[in-house]
Amino acid sequence: MSSRKEPKLPAKPNGVSRRGFLGGVGIGGGALGTGLLANEGASAAPPAANLVGPGPADITLTINGKPVNLKVEPRVTLLDALRNYIGITGAKRVCDRGACGACTVILAGKTVYSCTVLAIDAQGKNIETIEGLATGNSLHPVSAAFVAHDGQQCGYCTSGFVMAAKGFLDEHPNPTMDDVKHGLGGNLCRCGTYMGIRQAVLEAATKMKGAKNG
Amino acid sequence: MASTPDYSWPPMDQRKVIGKPIKRLDGPQKASGRAKYPSDLKPQGLLFAAYMGSPHAHARITKIDTSDAEKTPGVKAVHIINPEGTEIQWEGMEVAAVAATTEEIANDALRKIKVDYEVLPHFVQEADLSKAGTRAKAGGEKVTGDPDQAFKDADVTSEGQYGIPVINHCCLEPHGAVVQWQGDQVHVFPSTQYISGTAPQLAPNIKVPVTNIHAHMDYIGGGFGSKFSPGKWTEVCAFLSQKAGGAPVKVFLDRKLEQLIPGNRPSAFAKIKLGGKKDGTITAWQSDAWGTGGFAGGNSPPLPYVVDRIPNTRLTYTGVSVNAGPNQAWRAPNNQQACYLTCSALEDFAAKAGMDPIDVFDKNFSYAPDARVDTYRFQLHKAAELAEWSKLWHPRGKGAAGTVKRGLGLGFSAWAGGGHASQCLTTINLDGSVTVELGSQDLGTGTRTIITQVAAETLGLPMSAIKLNIGDNSYPNSGASGGSSTVGGVSSSTRKSTMNALAKLYDVVAPSLGVDADHLEAVNGRIQVKGTPAKSLTWAAACKKIAGGGKISEMGENVQRNPGGLNSQGAAGVQIADVSVDTETGVVRVNRYVAVQDCGLVVNPWLAQSQIHGGIIMGISTALFEERIMDAQTGRMLNADMEFYKLAGIDDIGDIVVHLDIREENDKRGIIGLGEPCAIAICAAMGNAVANAIGVRVPNVPLTPDRVLTALEGRNA
Repeated sequence: MSSRKEPKLPAKPNGVSRRGFLGGVGIGGGALGTGLLANEGASAAPPAANLVGPGPADITLTINGKPVNLKVEPRVTLLDALRNYIGITGAKRVCDRGACGACTVILAGKTVYSCTVLAIDAQGKNIETIEGLATGNSLHPVSAAFVAHDGQQCGYCTSGFVMAAKGFLDEHPNPTMDDVKHGLGGNLCRCGTYMGIRQAVLEAATKMKGAKNG
Repeated sequence: MASTPDYSWPPMDQRKVIGKPIKRLDGPQKASGRAKYPSDLKPQGLLFAAYMGSPHAHARITKIDTSDAEKTPGVKAVHIINPEGTEIQWEGMEVAAVAATTEEIANDALRKIKVDYEVLPHFVQEADLSKAGTRAKAGGEKVTGDPDQAFKDADVTSEGQYGIPVINHCCLEPHGAVVQWQGDQVHVFPSTQYISGTAPQLAPNIKVPVTNIHAHMDYIGGGFGSKFSPGKWTEVCAFLSQKAGGAPVKVFLDRKLEQLIPGNRPSAFAKIKLGGKKDGTITAWQSDAWGTGGFAGGNSPPLPYVVDRIPNTRLTYTGVSVNAGPNQAWRAPNNQQACYLTCSALEDFAAKAGMDPIDVFDKNFSYAPDARVDTYRFQLHKAAELAEWSKLWHPRGKGAAGTVKRGLGLGFSAWAGGGHASQCLTTINLDGSVTVELGSQDLGTGTRTIITQVAAETLGLPMSAIKLNIGDNSYPNSGASGGSSTVGGVSSSTRKSTMNALAKLYDVVAPSLGVDADHLEAVNGRIQVKGTPAKSLTWAAACKKIAGGGKISEMGENVQRNPGGLNSQGAAGVQIADVSVDTETGVVRVNRYVAVQDCGLVVNPWLAQSQIHGGIIMGISTALFEERIMDAQTGRMLNADMEFYKLAGIDDIGDIVVHLDIREENDKRGIIGLGEPCAIAICAAMGNAVANAIGVRVPNVPLTPDRVLTALEGRNA
């Protein structure tokens, strides 16, 4: 289970920032935020030459497989880059400190809180956001299951929950109900939609397996 | 001509769309991330605002210097919200705001504003009334009957002290808006529970005529009672836009300010003494209660709750003023507090009398309003059955051996609900298309879905044939989404509006079907002679006969005082918590939570169940985790975030069992509303369950491990 993985400290000294540091020591449950850092040592970011800031720097993010060029200060989080600079707003800013999961995206295959990742550190990795899930007019099986089981009310936590569930199911295709309760513990809802979400994730697991096998 | 339509709801067995478990219409938008909330908007040229609150709980602003901020490149507007000389009365109270081309620049510039304060003494903790001094304002004493004599005559008396703290709404989407003030027109995109009320509330504060303010909102990320007013931030956002030459500006509170200033639920504490007979009948009630709703003082909860006809009572209430943010309505204002205090005292009386609380509650429901007594008794026994009370309940503290103790506890609720004032406009066009418009909003309760169900039912059309427009103040006025009155209000106005439009369509097609308009009905996409499908026109063919402007447009209105049987007030509910308490760690876990709830006619039982799940989950969160923690030394809130202001997660809520009390006798009362009644009794039931499990009362919620262990230590001392 991803949330049980041991957090690793960032390998690159210049990757350390307040937010990066918080993510590294596992604030906010650590679970989802540490995936990125665990993966970071293996990433192919250029050495030394990437000294940037404090002014805006040109960066390229790979969002749902497509490169997006933008200019942001090094302190800008991936979440704020998505929302404020690119206009991709499925990920929400709620706690802004890695506690609630509303900003969850999948970075290089790992679920992360995008409020605890700096945009410049997200370069060179594919960033999956909820906007990339649906194909044409048909919802992704996880989204469809959230609709079918009413795992949503106001909907503000829903994008993060859907992405967390997608990332969880990618790693745990055969979850039990207990696995779901544990694996999605890093996301919070205020309206109280957990009963529907539990059922939705179990159903999505079945549907996604069916899709792969078929 | 058709006579005035009979607006009453179709009989239960004849409904085709109403009463069916339809999935929420905006579900796909939300589950795919496409739903755009006000905080998601990014119009061309948007400026980002940063918002400054006071770091002190009580202080006077002696100097504000914004010059460095104004000189910062990228800054387009600086606004002083509270000028020099203002006496700040709580941490986070607004001081100034900045709008700039990026959020980073706005935050940097805000830090360059120099503010000098004369720090003044503060008072922030009300739980210990003896320390409140002059900040406490005692109200009068209210006496009914002869409580002194009744306590003397009582077979059993019990006493206890209980407390329920200030908690935060903690809306996931913070309070805020995007505002663009261009010329004499102001466009507002607020996160609000009251889109029709945005302009009238904002107009006097920014001195712009109501007609020049245009308000629009498609989605809102939570309100729970705290988003009825546009708030100071929307006003400030408008001024920033004006100062920035009409550029759109976005103000959304950061999480810290969100926890500090836009609202909270008042606390309530009470010492309660009960006297009664051996058979469990309460005959005397005495309560001395206190609490705070912020600097303005307290809000007296209605005691005794529900069982308010106890013959001999003495009540006092003391409001306490603290230097902390002001309260706002919180999903059933004052009811959670009153319920917690009352139901805790009732179960303590039952324990003292050596009785099963089911018997004590049943007996004393005779003190509930006459019209609800039978409903409460029915619900009490239904809940007991679903919770397996007769198998699992044991006398207080007398459960099985072992360190993890299981217990059950009761709570009950009452709520008015009904239908708020609402107007609806239905348009039937020549091409058969139908538009339904209301200045209402969908908080995630399913308002879009239920309006569309009512329109489809009335017009005999599939839901997909109805185009619904809500969320804009150019549509007919509808009330605030509060008081659980939205479903009653919008369903009733929609019913009337669609029936009025349909009556006009009957007039148009009656001649060609050779009958009076009175003899027509709309069924399965056709207008037909009643009971005679052979004599009919398709909906499209019928609409082609519309002459004149090529459309029929008819209003419908729900009048609160005269809802005509479509909605009414008065919901009841009984809930039972089943918990396990680890007596070594103090951790409380929910095993199962049972809710039996009536809410009159249920338009959509699927969404109704979601509402009840939501109310209970929110309640479990408040019972186990939530509390605004104030620091006496600094006057600051110690947990103004979401890490230490804890909300329940997906594994914290046990299993929830809902029984919707959809008996015909309830259905006949029309729509009542549900969002609040289901959210009231949870702290009460949870507290009682913990007392039942461990044999001793934990006086104050939340039922944190330290409080549980402290209570156990007291018992063992």
